Amino acid sequence: MADMLEIRWHGRGGQGAKTASLLLAEAAAMEGKYSQGFPDYGPERMGAPMRGFNRISEEPIRLHCAIYSPKIVVVLDDTLISTADIASGLPDDGIIIVNTLKKPAEIRAELGLEGRMIYTVNATGIAIDEIGRPIPNSPMLGALVKVSPFLPLESVIEQIKKKFSHGFRPEVLEGNVRAINRAYEEVTSE
Amino acid sequence: MREKSWREIPIGGMIEDAGNADTYETGSWRTYRPIWDAEKCIHCLACWIACPDSAIQLKDGKMVGIDYSHCKGCGICAFECPDKIAALEMKLETEVND
Amino acid sequence: MARRLTLSGNDAAAEAMRQIDPDVVTCFPITPQTELMHKFAEFVADGEVKAEMVLVESEHSAMSAAVGAASAGARVMTATAANGLALMWEIVYIAASNRLPIVMPVVNRALSGPINIHCDHSDTMGCRDTGWIQLYSENAQEVYDNVLQAIRIAENPDVLLPVMVTFDGFIISHTVEVLDALEDKDARGWIGDYKSTYSLLNTDEPATFGPLDLQDYYFEHKRQQIEGMNNATAVIKSVGEAYGKLSGRAYGMTENYKTDDADYVVIALGSTCGTAKVVVDEMRAEGKRVGLLKLRSFRPFPHAEIVAGLASAKAVAVLDRSVSFGAPGGPVHKEILAALNGTGHTTSIVNYLYGLGGRDISTTHIRTVFEELETVAGKSIPADEVRFIGLRG
Repeated sequence: MADMLEIRWHGRGGQGAKTASLLLAEAAAMEGKYSQGFPDYGPERMGAPMRGFNRISEEPIRLHCAIYSPKIVVVLDDTLISTADIASGLPDDGIIIVNTLKKPAEIRAELGLEGRMIYTVNATGIAIDEIGRPIPNSPMLGALVKVSPFLPLESVIEQIKKKFSHGFRPEVLEGNVRAINRAYEEVTSE
Repeated sequence: MREKSWREIPIGGMIEDAGNADTYETGSWRTYRPIWDAEKCIHCLACWIACPDSAIQLKDGKMVGIDYSHCKGCGICAFECPDKIAALEMKLETEVND
Repeated sequence: MARRLTLSGNDAAAEAMRQIDPDVVTCFPITPQTELMHKFAEFVADGEVKAEMVLVESEHSAMSAAVGAASAGARVMTATAANGLALMWEIVYIAASNRLPIVMPVVNRALSGPINIHCDHSDTMGCRDTGWIQLYSENAQEVYDNVLQAIRIAENPDVLLPVMVTFDGFIISHTVEVLDALEDKDARGWIGDYKSTYSLLNTDEPATFGPLDLQDYYFEHKRQQIEGMNNATAVIKSVGEAYGKLSGRAYGMTENYKTDDADYVVIALGSTCGTAKVVVDEMRAEGKRVGLLKLRSFRPFPHAEIVAGLASAKAVAVLDRSVSFGAPGGPVHKEILAALNGTGHTTSIVNYLYGLGGRDISTTHIRTVFEELETVAGKSIPADEVRFIGLRG
């Protein structure tokens, strides 16, 4: 299972980490891959730190245990940097993508981390501009597939369109698509 | 009656012949027997309503007799029969002696 | 033609229920089953199914309504988990005793208390003697496949027993993953129509349902239930085979994964089996002869497959995800010992208790179990020796 990609999402209740992980699983499946998406379930409350997970592989996935060593960590809220163990289990060539106004070097200093690759994007700012609400999960999906192109951007956008095609105003869908595209362009490395 | 083996009976405790209580005669359980006086009876049917064994026999809405093959002799009919009428009287089976 | 879907275990069960479109579905929500019925309720609201959905005020009522509807001759489904199953308890027995082929997904969750919403098998293991058939599912694919097969198994005239299709709470119920589903017409053809032997609504042939049954016949009716459960073994196998022809995914009583020449075998149920297969493959690549024996059917218990699957084993680990307090070992362990009794087996069998209340079991844990087996081979293990996985000392 060496070619299996494992991803961990850190967010706060209400920021859409669960939705993002489920959406990513569906987008990967649409590309003919095998995937899993699952959150940590507990007493969910708005604002409580929570995590979501993904496995993506070319082969059927049989593992049904927790993810301990993800290749990629996506952080939806930079206030979690100091409270959640963001880099836990992340291998030396692992990737951290943070929604923040800060630069990757600042995040590295805060984490006191060596190795790994750190990326940042102002996903909340993009979400407010484009969707009108501070929900950073859609743009973070755009940033994720830019940093690690295991899926084409188009399939993520297709999945978002599917998700928002029922019961949402067209502006919401269009805003989400613009947000994904912008984060895809604006995510920055060190 | 021979009791059947598990291979011979319907599953799940189902009883396929509905209303088969009719074939199960309980008349021999009786210690007291209700005796009906057709002359006194006003056919109010209080006994028919109260009888737990459906042993009061009717024809055209009027009482015609008692089904002694099912009557257990509980005496409810005689109790329910209006005091002023007293068309039903309980007698010891041993005294009736038919 | 298969349809590739990405669904949670709950939605996979609901998808199978959509295709089955039972006459009656009775429902009371409980975590982690709620999303299953939520999804099915959407199908009802959207007019995609014709099922009569009966919302009740408790699980006791959910099963009671299911028994009533099934007695009327309807094809009936419900679903529950943990404490909900516990509240159904009384009527769960009645469904089996009255030989009503109700199919019920049960999302495995720890029984309270202390209150816990996550997976273990204490709920369904607790009702292993209710007279229900129990099929355990490894992943969302098996949830879907087992629900479709359960209908055919339950309604088989030689069986006529209710079936629980179980799957691990959250680990399967709330994990979105890829599965292949049948086309609707294939699923409908597979399910076919149901004609009950008796019906409360058949006034032309009135019958008595659920009567008093004392010393004279109760024992005979229990013997019939035993027969139905015994018959279920052959039916589960033939239905699993036929389903394989239809879908490409055949099923048996167990899945004996690389056990043929295995020195060391792990026995488990549910989602843990997927994780264990990964470990088996890794260790096989290292030259270790290891295997997994997955119990798919726990009721009826797959004696023959277990004896065959352990033929070459020097040591066996039985993984229990529930406690049988005061008993020597967990429920699965005891039954494995019973299955081997009298077969001349000299295998060393170790009982492991794991995963209570959703405690994770990782590949590292399972590898450790296999490594421990290497050290116990040939030794006599007391039946009441229990080892713990992932418990803080």
